[in-house]
Amino acid sequence: MSHRTLVVVSAGLSNPSSTRLLADRLTDAAVRELESAGHTVTVESIELRDHAHAVIDAMLTGFPTGELATALERLYAADGVIAVTPLFTTTYSGLFKSFVDILDKDALGGLPVLLGATGGTSRHSLALDYSLRPLFTYLRADVVPTAVFAATDDWAGAGDQVNPLPQRIERAGKDLATRVAARQRAASRDPFAATPSFADLLGG
Amino acid sequence: MDLRTIRELSTVQFGIFSVSDVTTDPTTGHTPDDTERVRNMLTIAKHADEAGLDVFATGEHHNPPFVASSPTTMLGYLAGVTKNITLSTATTLITTNDPVRLAEEYAMLQVISDGRMDLMMGRGNTGPVYPWFGKDIRQGVQLAIENYALLRRLWTEDVVDWEGKFRTPLQGFTSTPRPLDGVPPFVWHGSIRTPEIAEQAAFYGDGFLHNNIFWPMGHTKQMIAFYRQRYEHYKHGRADQAIVGLGGQVFVRKNSQDAVKEFRPYFDEAPVYGHGPSMEDFTRETPLTVGSPQEVIDRYGAFVEEVGYYQRQMFLIDHAGLPLKTVLEQIDILAEDVVPELRRIVEAKRPSDDVPLNPPTHAERVVAARAAGNAGDTHVGGTEDRWTGLRAEEGNPDHNRATAGRAFGL
Repeated sequence: MSHRTLVVVSAGLSNPSSTRLLADRLTDAAVRELESAGHTVTVESIELRDHAHAVIDAMLTGFPTGELATALERLYAADGVIAVTPLFTTTYSGLFKSFVDILDKDALGGLPVLLGATGGTSRHSLALDYSLRPLFTYLRADVVPTAVFAATDDWAGAGDQVNPLPQRIERAGKDLATRVAARQRAASRDPFAATPSFADLLGG
Repeated sequence: MDLRTIRELSTVQFGIFSVSDVTTDPTTGHTPDDTERVRNMLTIAKHADEAGLDVFATGEHHNPPFVASSPTTMLGYLAGVTKNITLSTATTLITTNDPVRLAEEYAMLQVISDGRMDLMMGRGNTGPVYPWFGKDIRQGVQLAIENYALLRRLWTEDVVDWEGKFRTPLQGFTSTPRPLDGVPPFVWHGSIRTPEIAEQAAFYGDGFLHNNIFWPMGHTKQMIAFYRQRYEHYKHGRADQAIVGLGGQVFVRKNSQDAVKEFRPYFDEAPVYGHGPSMEDFTRETPLTVGSPQEVIDRYGAFVEEVGYYQRQMFLIDHAGLPLKTVLEQIDILAEDVVPELRRIVEAKRPSDDVPLNPPTHAERVVAARAAGNAGDTHVGGTEDRWTGLRAEEGNPDHNRATAGRAFGL
């Protein structure tokens, strides 16, 4: 029984967006599950559209500034992440990838991540597994087995009748909650604390 | 150098450093060729000396659009045509250069300049440079650690036997010329985000310069604080006595609006940050200051509060295609309207008299080394040449050992 922080990254462009909607549903499912296991949960949201210019600036200058820098620190300190992107021309959106590209490449190591994507038709659903999952595997994130794709039809209830969207969301939320609950607090990310002494450097 | 000269050099230092980029002037379309750019750098350094700035440092690059591939050739020439300015590097590549060549070249520069030089080690950030010189960028930190350890031995020990991971072993090697007065040049280490390099600088009691021109002050502050704390840990003095430098970047005109108007096209097209953040965003987040002399004084005079009293402030003023005439004007404005007042403000913030005013000069280091009894020899071995004229197979190891023993007094 302890406190957990979830950070939700959403790359939807319109407002309201179905990507935001899916991110919220996934978050609710994970929070419900964590709370029923006795944890308290804080949710922080990073709407990438709000940081779009700052993301490109960070890519061009090499360092994030202002609210984006604050958002990244929150992400790095999270106990679990929910990352949801629309699919554009077969894969994650460019904004979503640009955001991932400016992350500290070691910051997501071992961090439980639940993936979600939205698209026009269910024919794109495998993009979750051929493009999003490898991206986070490369960053050594702990990607939960269930990822959720929501096509336009799913929101009308006209999508999958056997394993409908709410059920998939429920299972994904449980997957993430289990990992987040089990996770030990990450060691300090302070690069100075982790710097070896000179004797070790010279010997190494 | 007498004590009077030593006292005159005892001041917080303000200098300029160049990355030596060949960049088209966006306002005229003029692109200097390599020869013009090199000669411009020489003119800039000479002008900085005449104007009374304290330091000129050149970068080292081995890829276009940069021309400064051979720092000691450039600085050796400048040693002959300048009078007072300290000649330095920003940075010397400790990763891809052979430390033996660095030991020789910079000892030679030290002798030629009569000690009016120091140098700054850096790893370099251009990926392909490593393989071009037979190295692997993933070993950058290890290369910096091992190569510098060897470089120091070559300067402080007359005869070096050495074996490491990255270079062919040495047996009975003596780097010449021996350092001026038996005291090696003062060394800085520059790194932007690698605490291991701050740790290295602290371990040796060397200087640490954070080139924060593209970085927010919050980050700089952490790196410097770490270096200071480790400097004290290794018992070179108190944390506030460590030797610290900062990078900086300014464009100054008498009127702030003129500076902004004139510099904007250069900012917008600059190779490093052009087409990215606005000049207003970038000046807010980094030390770049575009404005009047007073604005520069106010901004840079406050950095002491962030990082503690520091001994060297460098400015980047000749990049992004700025024409030579403009750069020379910038030097005059810095020297006349910025530095004197900035110097007064910064030195007034020195916490106590036992915090060094300036980075150690050669004269000061000689006095200290003699007092400690650890100045090295200024010549090593006999005067006989045991190699010239011999064919390779004639230089047999027995011959070598016997002669080496005699020459080195073993």
